[in-house]
Amino acid sequence: MDLNTIWFLLVGILFTGYAVLDGFDLGMGPLLFAVKTDEERRIFLNAIGPIWSGNEVWLVTGGGALFAAFPEVYATVFSGFYDAFMLLLFALIFRAVAIEFRGQRPEAGWRRTWDISFAVGSLASALLIGVALGNIVWGIPLDARHEFHGSFVTLLHPYALLVGVTTVALFVMHANLYLVLKTAGSLQQKLMGWTTRTVPAYLVLFIVLNVVTIFACPQIKSALGQRWLLLGTAATLSFAITLNILREVRLKRDGRAFICSSLSIVLLMFQFGAGVYPNMVFSVPDLANSLNIHNGASTQKSLQFMFYVAMIGVPIVLTYTASIYYIFRGKVVLTEESY
Amino acid sequence: MNVEILSRVQFALTISFHFLFPPMTIGLGLMLVVMQTLRLRTGQALYVDMARFWTKVFGLIFAIGVATGIPMEFQFGTNWAHYARFVGDIFGGPLAIEGIYAFFLESGFLALLLFGWNKIGPKMHLFATCMVSLGAHFSAIWILVANSWMQTPAGFHLARQMKVVAGGQQHPMTANLGDVPFTILEVRLPAAYVVQPADLGQVRAVIDSFPDAIFNPSTLDRLTHTIIACWITGSFLVAAVSAWWLLRGRNVDSAKASIKIGLTGATIACVLQLVSADSTARGVSRNQPLKLAALESLERTTKEAPMGIVGSVSWRRDTAGEIVGVDEKVLRIPGMLSILVSGNFLHPVQASQTVVPGLEQLPSDDFLRRRHPDASAEQIRKLRPSYWPNVPVVFQTYHLMIGLGVAMTGISLLGCVLWKFGKLWDTENKLIRAYLLLLSSCIVLPQIATQAGWFTAEMGRQPWIVYHVLKTGEAMSAVVKAPQVMTSIVLFSIIYLLIGSLFLRLFLRLVRLGPGKGDPDTSLFERRRPLSLKGGRHTKG
Repeated sequence: MDLNTIWFLLVGILFTGYAVLDGFDLGMGPLLFAVKTDEERRIFLNAIGPIWSGNEVWLVTGGGALFAAFPEVYATVFSGFYDAFMLLLFALIFRAVAIEFRGQRPEAGWRRTWDISFAVGSLASALLIGVALGNIVWGIPLDARHEFHGSFVTLLHPYALLVGVTTVALFVMHANLYLVLKTAGSLQQKLMGWTTRTVPAYLVLFIVLNVVTIFACPQIKSALGQRWLLLGTAATLSFAITLNILREVRLKRDGRAFICSSLSIVLLMFQFGAGVYPNMVFSVPDLANSLNIHNGASTQKSLQFMFYVAMIGVPIVLTYTASIYYIFRGKVVLTEESY
Repeated sequence: MNVEILSRVQFALTISFHFLFPPMTIGLGLMLVVMQTLRLRTGQALYVDMARFWTKVFGLIFAIGVATGIPMEFQFGTNWAHYARFVGDIFGGPLAIEGIYAFFLESGFLALLLFGWNKIGPKMHLFATCMVSLGAHFSAIWILVANSWMQTPAGFHLARQMKVVAGGQQHPMTANLGDVPFTILEVRLPAAYVVQPADLGQVRAVIDSFPDAIFNPSTLDRLTHTIIACWITGSFLVAAVSAWWLLRGRNVDSAKASIKIGLTGATIACVLQLVSADSTARGVSRNQPLKLAALESLERTTKEAPMGIVGSVSWRRDTAGEIVGVDEKVLRIPGMLSILVSGNFLHPVQASQTVVPGLEQLPSDDFLRRRHPDASAEQIRKLRPSYWPNVPVVFQTYHLMIGLGVAMTGISLLGCVLWKFGKLWDTENKLIRAYLLLLSSCIVLPQIATQAGWFTAEMGRQPWIVYHVLKTGEAMSAVVKAPQVMTSIVLFSIIYLLIGSLFLRLFLRLVRLGPGKGDPDTSLFERRRPLSLKGGRHTKG
């Protein structure tokens, strides 16, 4: 395996880590409005309280790794998707400060304002991330210098919106299962009841997305031809695992249910990566201008150095992140330090 | 307004607002380590409450630091796409390392720091505090490495990317070869190569040596200078809040203990900063002589160069309105700049003979001729001012920083003297009250100084984004238009104004509430306090 492929995988792993971990943070936005009392909302927010900022680091590090390993891709995507990314940044800022600000004052109006900020910010973030991914799979107009020639409206393509909505559904399902894991008693019962809606909603969108991708997506065909077995297995597995969530919830195995929904995110990201590899951004209509892991990459020397850096750093990060998650395992208990 | 100016405004706006918070967390993190250590060593309720209170403050500051930090990581791509393409091979590395080695450490252990009071023991809590502080320092290291590389780029060469087809034939990157397979070759360019506008997207900086790029000529000086500035900010934050409590007669016991921690930290950091500032300025005179001449508004190349203290500087323009030099009314110390540049403080007379090059000679004729091979001597002379930074502005920001630095050193030293002589707790005394009020105001002085310092460093680098390699005007995103940037600037301003004012309200509310109501046993406190924090003979508390 060459270094470019390794870095494609590493960047993919970082963004997958972000999707799995911040996925339940973002998906919590809409769920916050499904409960009415302040205490229930506090339990929701405190379920992610200690870890949300750590989860966002995966995005920042993913962005940094993309910059270091594939600067052309980083520059093209971020300048091309300028308006969309600015919206994403504002959404992320808003939801981040909402968590912090909400608990600082007891007034109901104050708390409602920040609940709305959190919910809208989270929803918008999830949608925009999905739209960005959708555009990358479908292709965007690039010129010979890899500059984007389109506008914000170009990005709001039906396929991209479908990916966006699917991402929202996926994150909401993921958040629902995370909350089942972190709550107890009647609230947990209520959350378990919701899974009969959130899981099928995602499943339907997942199937639609797969069908549309196979039949309508112009650039994926070659990958489907070469890697049909791999992609087919991933899709089937993803479907089966997501379906299994309902069974796990019924059997009250909330840990397993959460692992299943994490796996379905991992598999979806895998389908995405295996579908585009070795390309990173498709150019339509002129496919020759596409960015791939070779023409978008840093030099071998840089990739090599950064590879060693990552190989030393990432295991350390995973070790202590896992330990911290372990310390904060179990049900949410509201204390003096809680938000 | 054009996209370059707008993008610069946006970057300045977002980085300035963001940069209010990390210096506080870096400095306050260190203060928390001290408090947690005291908590562990004395087992005192006082220190538990103190640590709890400042951890709350830390959490609030940190959350806003994280929220406003996310845009920084992505603006290189959104607004400065060509810069990202040009330097990605080198500059992306430190940012990724910052994520892997600093942000994870900081955010991960912050969870334990904020929410671990009942989940982990005091030793583990101290360990988590140390890790958060370490992570905060690491992030400063890597962002300073990246930024210093922009100031004094090293360890790289320029290369032109070419498409090479099977026969060995080379084509430019923009050539459309259809279905012909090709590999990409980086053709090394000569060391003195001047980047042309037509090179955009095809020529880039390629790494030769990461150690050289990381330890570029200005990294160590600038890193030390910035980290000490952060310590000053954090220490004064603690000292100022404590001083305010003392003035108001609130949380007196806690305030007395924390003002000592704050003042000690501030004094040590301020004194260290004097040494670091001297070394940093000498580094600038070595690596970026033009920048030093601009900061001091030194027009003529001269020995016995004077150092400015305070005054006004403006551009001198010819009849056509073109900049030809600077007019100034500045109070100066004769010969001081020469002495500082030579660094030979033991022989000041000899040192004052050091020649300091002025703006009239910078950048050098050689440099200008390389960039403008066809220009006549007269044209070269006319072109020179276009390579100067904004002298009237950087002169002011630079001297504001120095003035505040000196003032803060004085304030912290005075505080230590008052404390040692036991006068500091005499809050009935008018003079002491005035001093405590002054110390309370020191919550903003380090902020103004760090902002002024950053503006000096970054505006002093102009018109370059990578010093002497890539101009700022060549670094923007080609596809981003002025209205888009204008919109995002307006939105950033509104959001940051909102967040800033809310932060201020919540911060002041936290300060008003103060640390918990834990009732410290003062006799035990007195006996078990570590020696270093005991006051002088007359100290009552």
